Amino acid sequence: MAKHFQNEVEKLKKKILFLAASVEESLQNALKSITDNDLDLAEKVVTADESIDALEVEVEEECLKILALHQPVASDLRYVIAVLKINNDLERIADLAVNIAKRTQSVAGLSEREIPFNLYAMFDIVVSMVRESVAALITSDAELARRVCTDDNAVDRRHKQAYQTIRDKLQTDPNAADNLLSLINVSRNLERIADHATNIAEDVIYMIEGEIARHHGIGD
Amino acid sequence: MSEQVTASVAGSMDKQLSEKTIENHFYKMTVDNLNFFYSGKQALFDISMNIKENRVTALIGPSGCGKSTFLRALNRMNETIPGTSWDGAIKLDDCDIYQDFTDASSVRTRIGMVFQKSNPFPKSIFDNVAYGLRVNGIKDRALIAEVVEDSLKRAVLWSEVKDKLDHSAFMLSGGQQQRLCIARALAIRPEVILMDEPASALDPISTSKIEDLIRELRKLYTIVIVTHNMQQAARISDYTAFFYEGKLIEFGETKKLFTKPDKKHTEDYITGRFG
Repeated sequence: MAKHFQNEVEKLKKKILFLAASVEESLQNALKSITDNDLDLAEKVVTADESIDALEVEVEEECLKILALHQPVASDLRYVIAVLKINNDLERIADLAVNIAKRTQSVAGLSEREIPFNLYAMFDIVVSMVRESVAALITSDAELARRVCTDDNAVDRRHKQAYQTIRDKLQTDPNAADNLLSLINVSRNLERIADHATNIAEDVIYMIEGEIARHHGIGD
Repeated sequence: MSEQVTASVAGSMDKQLSEKTIENHFYKMTVDNLNFFYSGKQALFDISMNIKENRVTALIGPSGCGKSTFLRALNRMNETIPGTSWDGAIKLDDCDIYQDFTDASSVRTRIGMVFQKSNPFPKSIFDNVAYGLRVNGIKDRALIAEVVEDSLKRAVLWSEVKDKLDHSAFMLSGGQQQRLCIARALAIRPEVILMDEPASALDPISTSKIEDLIRELRKLYTIVIVTHNMQQAARISDYTAFFYEGKLIEFGETKKLFTKPDKKHTEDYITGRFG
């Protein structure tokens, strides 16, 4: 029974890692479509979302099956619950990557001078947060997960600054409103992706330590 | 003896009327450094445990780990086995069950037991429940009838048997027989009820009834239960003790023990990785 359960958990682990890799690729592609002004790549992000949605459903069904048939306890229970929640966050990150990709056309053509905040620095932090939250899951590294939670503050600060800058710019240059609104939309989506990466990191901490890290102000 | 039981019955009725508030728990039993031996072979090693009043404490562990020996030690049931010896102290409230009680049966009046296999006597349903009272010298028929009805109601069996109290107990189903045994244990008004795998031979519906009953009974009694069914321990108990090779490995709140045990040994056992 224990071996059968371990096989099921291994299967679940492979599925969630495959989903994580697909989501990370989608996010990378969405950002690359903007930096490289690549509309085909942006389209690829949109179409990839369907298979990511299907993967999410598969992982959820796998978790429900394990909970119903094996009734895991202790670290096994925490693992399945963490995967169930992380699964949801990964799917949401993919949706937000699609939102970003859909803005490629209006944002990608802008020169760096036309972007009034450091969008690319935000890209770097958010991609690394997603990558590290997944790495923390794979390697069961609570310290790495805590660093991800701390990084969320930097993204929040940058988004807030971007919002203020664009609000000011809208008053001085109303003709650029379309581009500016697209830019703030991208910034908001990045900020939300960072929130989901933080959720993943918090679930990894719960999985490892059995303590719910949410609302405890890690990184505040 | 008769007066003692009658007083106990009255006391228990009062207790029922003024059910204790949920948070008001004391240690009903305390075990200090209990060592137990079967013909010189040590079966329990330095067990210390405080058992809270009006709470369900589950004892889990692999076969031969000592959990049933520990359970039986709590009401001196082990005395019936020749060649046993022990040291340490077991207290019910402030009374040492080996030093302060005149004999084992006076301990068992206050600490009842329900066994794995239902064991009704070859008597009627009524006489099974009345047995303990009669053995203790109670002759007042009205009182006996009152206690029998009350015990069957507490064991959630009354509605199923009230019209056939004179029928043989053997006519009941396995689940009903086990609830009858619980009613029989309740009739002598114990304060603590020990249960040795009370649902292991029952189908899921009867098991569920026994589990619901245990949750109800804990409002009035202190319950210690041995179970091999980990999910059952998780469902019905407030505290869980994990035994291994005669030692108490971990004892704590059930919800913590089943989500985040402190000891790796406990984790390995409850997750089925146990070698």
